Amino acid sequence: MTLYRNRKRSDLAAIDGKKFNLDLLMTGISFILLFIFAVIPIAMIAYNAFFYKGQFSLKLFTSVMTNKHNLAAMWNTIKIAFWVTICGTLMGLFYAWLLGRSDIPCKGLMRALFHIPYMFPPFIGAMAWDILFSGRGGYLNTWLMKTFNLPRAPFNINSLGGIIFVEISYFFPFVFMQVVSALERMDPTLEESARIAGASQGTVIRKITLPLVTPAISAGALLILISSLAHFGVPSILGFSKNIYTLPTMIYALISRSSGSFEGIRQGAALSIMLIAVVGIALIIQKKVLSSGGYDIIKGKSMRPTLIKLRGAKYPLLIISTLTLVIIVLMPLVTIFLVAMVRAYGLPLIPKNFTFKNYSKIFTSKATLDSIKNSLFLSVTAGLLCMFLGVMIAYVVNRIKPKGKGILELLSVLPYSIPGTVLAVGVILTWSGSLGINLYNTIWIILVAYLARYLSFSMESASASLQQVHSSLEEAARACGASHTESLIDITLPLIRPGMIAGFFLIFLPAMRELTTSVLLYGPYTRTLGVQVYSLREAGMIPQASALASVAIIIITICNALITEITKSRKGV
Amino acid sequence: MADQVVLRHVTKQFTTRTLGTITAVNDFNLTVYEGECFSFLGPSGCGKTTTLRLIAGFEDLTDGEIELCGRLVSSKEKNLYVPPEERGLGMVFQAFAVWPHMIVFDNVAFPLKIQGINKHDIQKKVKEALRNTSLDGFESAYPSDLSGGQQQRIALARAIVTNPKVMLLDEPLSNLDPKLRETMRFEIKELQRKFNFTVIFVTHDQSEAMAISDRMMVCDMGNIIQIDTPINLYNRPVNRFVHSFLGESTFINVIIQDGKVYAKGNMEQALDIPIPPDVDREMVIATRPNAIELTRNRGYKTRIEKRTFLPDITEYLVPMGDQLLKVQTPHRIKFTQGEECYINLVNPMWYPAEDKELETERLRRQLI
Amino acid sequence: MANVRFENITFHYGSHCVLKNFSLTVEKSQIMCLVGPGGCGKTTLARCLLGFIKPETGNIWIGDRCVFSAEKRINVATEQRGVGVVFQDYAVWPHLTVLENVTYPMRKRRLPKQEINERAKYALEQVRMTGYEKHLPSQLSGGQQQRVAIARALVSSDDVIVLDEPITNLDAKLREEMLVEIRMIQKKIGTTILYITHDQGAALKLCDKMAIMDWNGRLRQIGTDEDIILRPADRFVFEFIGLSNFIPLVEKNGKIGLSVGEFIPYPDSLPEGFDSSKKMEIGVRPNDIIFDDASPIRAKVRRVVFLGREYDYFLQLGTKELRVQHIALDVSQLSNVNEGDEVGIKFLNPRLYEANQHEVTQEVTA
Repeated sequence: MTLYRNRKRSDLAAIDGKKFNLDLLMTGISFILLFIFAVIPIAMIAYNAFFYKGQFSLKLFTSVMTNKHNLAAMWNTIKIAFWVTICGTLMGLFYAWLLGRSDIPCKGLMRALFHIPYMFPPFIGAMAWDILFSGRGGYLNTWLMKTFNLPRAPFNINSLGGIIFVEISYFFPFVFMQVVSALERMDPTLEESARIAGASQGTVIRKITLPLVTPAISAGALLILISSLAHFGVPSILGFSKNIYTLPTMIYALISRSSGSFEGIRQGAALSIMLIAVVGIALIIQKKVLSSGGYDIIKGKSMRPTLIKLRGAKYPLLIISTLTLVIIVLMPLVTIFLVAMVRAYGLPLIPKNFTFKNYSKIFTSKATLDSIKNSLFLSVTAGLLCMFLGVMIAYVVNRIKPKGKGILELLSVLPYSIPGTVLAVGVILTWSGSLGINLYNTIWIILVAYLARYLSFSMESASASLQQVHSSLEEAARACGASHTESLIDITLPLIRPGMIAGFFLIFLPAMRELTTSVLLYGPYTRTLGVQVYSLREAGMIPQASALASVAIIIITICNALITEITKSRKGV
Repeated sequence: MADQVVLRHVTKQFTTRTLGTITAVNDFNLTVYEGECFSFLGPSGCGKTTTLRLIAGFEDLTDGEIELCGRLVSSKEKNLYVPPEERGLGMVFQAFAVWPHMIVFDNVAFPLKIQGINKHDIQKKVKEALRNTSLDGFESAYPSDLSGGQQQRIALARAIVTNPKVMLLDEPLSNLDPKLRETMRFEIKELQRKFNFTVIFVTHDQSEAMAISDRMMVCDMGNIIQIDTPINLYNRPVNRFVHSFLGESTFINVIIQDGKVYAKGNMEQALDIPIPPDVDREMVIATRPNAIELTRNRGYKTRIEKRTFLPDITEYLVPMGDQLLKVQTPHRIKFTQGEECYINLVNPMWYPAEDKELETERLRRQLI
Repeated sequence: MANVRFENITFHYGSHCVLKNFSLTVEKSQIMCLVGPGGCGKTTLARCLLGFIKPETGNIWIGDRCVFSAEKRINVATEQRGVGVVFQDYAVWPHLTVLENVTYPMRKRRLPKQEINERAKYALEQVRMTGYEKHLPSQLSGGQQQRVAIARALVSSDDVIVLDEPITNLDAKLREEMLVEIRMIQKKIGTTILYITHDQGAALKLCDKMAIMDWNGRLRQIGTDEDIILRPADRFVFEFIGLSNFIPLVEKNGKIGLSVGEFIPYPDSLPEGFDSSKKMEIGVRPNDIIFDDASPIRAKVRRVVFLGREYDYFLQLGTKELRVQHIALDVSQLSNVNEGDEVGIKFLNPRLYEANQHEVTQEVTA
């Protein structure tokens, strides 16, 4: 006996009466969850910015917007983002072309060096640069002054220029990845046909290659733009000592200095609106550019693209490019590890000043151990929860396809598009008692923020995995005697498992080294790893901060290596 | 007829990471005459595409030399290598390679702009090329708005607009559906007749090659096996590989005993075919399903095992020894299932018995 | 083995009617090939049989079991219908070994372990995959994967198997081999097979009976290969299968003749049924046009193409372009007809049809 449904004709699910309820349940939960995580925090921000005691009032918003410090912060945000985007794009383009199209040697080495920034939280990098080139006398500044008899420190990293420099070094890989992938996947006959038509190699690059990768360049550039606008770590490390603020760091300053008072949070909310507006404009541009579509330039057969011979320029270019990479990638890394070993900050970095005491101090400090524990707990929990929720939502969107699935997709991507700072403010406003539940100062409020932020990662990777599991695989199981549920368990689940595991680590790693969100949400006992490094530094305990930072880097590197091993050995669909 | 394209002792070797050094092209010697349509035919990995790329100049040869229209363009000995943009060729690729960011007009005008021809002449020549490829009216369209067949015509127009003497076509019809392939084949042939350029056509589709070529070359695993007209290649293939590559083949394992030929599995009835000199005890006779005569009284006695009607022919399966032969006849030859019949082989070829090692090596090359 | 009966099946995709009151019976142990242009509804019919989609009207019987009835509100779930299936992309599960793939249907039916192993062994023998039990699909070629899919379909049903374009993705040589194998297996085991394809040659070679559907999901003819080729039921079948030429006919001064810009009286006898009130055409296959110097029908040879097995001739008869194909028995005898020649032609087996431009070329848009 089966229930007979007249409505959903061509839907497999509707035939099995029991299945109808399961699908509806999953769809319902998906909508509710996304509403709680995505919609409410933003709504709360808007409400608190524009409403006071239940009444609409623009007073707060106008006072915040006309404050000259806030305006300066907004102007800084835009200026930094502008320069980072331009220079980062050019740099990414240069390396993409070098590694994707020329016959430069040592490509493997350079690509390996590119992996390092991903394991390095940008704020730790900023810490390292600050140690080297701080305007008050970083290590390298002092060394340069002594060696060349300079009256003043030659480089001051505590400046707009310094912030721009450090951000470029972390964001340029976005353009690199997009463009090098486009170059490698591009059909080489597009360029070959131009050469047959009589064009020299230079003309081919100008008239054919470059226009065809422009969509990839734009995509990468916009990614850099949005990341820089929303970025907290680097400006906070390098800017505070010189009173240089950006919108995200200004929001943090307002809230932390008011010790979490409601007034401070309201001001933060108003500023968040400003930040959302700026980022929103960038997002609209992004959507427009991406929807106008790229060109279909991907090749079918595997052909090797003709590499451009560099001839005389080969070795000079090799030296310049490797040297640059070494400087911006390896120098901060080495600095952190060296300073972690120094007995007291300021002492020359020579072996006789090295000790392991910093490490023993952090490993015996309860606060530090707690922070590691907290981060592990948060990352694992957020990873697992997001993994399962992501699969469920992806299944609803891809297989069940209810009405309003477009909204579901939008809502799941939304929290990631919001700057981490703004999301934190929204989470504070939502979960601090005004709606009945008070999670403030507990670890749960950080977990909620992580869930909102990272859900889109796992949903996208789960979607990609699901799309690879062709429905004929499930149908074949049905024809072999398996019920709908059985076919999901026997066939679909095992085939998306590798994607799910990858999705878990996609969240675990960023969550481990995260700072932007937790720095606004932590309480006395709920520090995360990032927050603890930040706090140690704020307290002036630089060697210990470096030691903990180095531990964080090691943990992340190990986990990353594990994932690469696991995802490599598993064969997916 | 002038020698338009000449290859002398051309060899090309590749070093791959997984399979060591491969000789993709081994000592090719061939001459293509002016106004000829010449095909390179063979399975993937045989060297036909590599040879075309050597002629175009996308690869440099390991040994030998290549001459185009009397001019040396590649020579190992003289250390000469003329880059593709200076060889004055026209070329059409399998995936069309039409630039998606330019309208049709700009695509076709590109080679002329490079040459620095003035605007007025460009207009004239482009319009003429578009007319010759049935694309007039589409000047301002983008390639992505047009069908596959139309995109291929854009590529053709772009190739002929500079009036090259030699045109290289690299599997240009493989990405089109069967009906369109036939139409485009005719159009290419018409263009060739009109402008009298020399065409080198690379394909793995033997019927396409036979339909379009004046002469063709069959290659296998980097070696030229046979060069001849389509009819001669079809009729007198030099070995088993060429025989089975150019259309359906029927191979019969036979045993020669006491001066008579017997099909393997039936030593009772001899085949009435003349035995060529210099044969082993076990040989293979090769013929084609359409070259087997079915009669009611004359020939090797057997019976109809299965009969299938196909739209243009009737297909019979008849046992001969321990093998089942496929026979194809027009509908008017009527036999019923189970009926007794007699078969005659018309002009069969004789080949030595099977070589399994060659087949393995062939498969290996196709993976590269 | 059981027979399959479709009665009065109707199905719409949105507003587009794919099947309308469609009825078909597949006899026990028969291979029935369902052929038709793309979008004609043949895959839809197969999916109705499998239970993936639900028709709006009609009944479906497998043997003496009614698995679907719109009226009686019966709709047996897919997993209980006992219909095996092989898809175009084989759908062999990549994470299970060959043995696990083949034993899956029996594990779902909870058969005893002994029986499972025996039947799996037998099925693998039938498809010549013994020895590959522990292999993963990624280690197999396309043809081998397809054989595993067939073995799995064989053990999942004793009654009926649906094969939906199972060999389209294989190369030509392998396709021929697989057709022979499928036929051999079926003869041995006796399962009823519904074979869906657009490959006419494969269908003709494989089938006991063939059913031809048109664009609108209507059944035009059911018959053996001989019926379809020698006695096509109507113009659609004639035009759909293989190549064909159509020449308009008119009646002038009491004589019937070809209307090709000029009037050429037809010299031989025509089949019955000429209706001067309608637009009539003569339909003739390329192989049924022969050269006859004595014939009053003269055409000019525009092009001669050598294709190996046959010669293709493109003739101009007045304003009409004709296509002629002659299969060559002895290729060393070069064709004695050249481009530019004027030749006399004669039609064997001409058929009389009403000129109806909207038949085959019509595509019902969704």
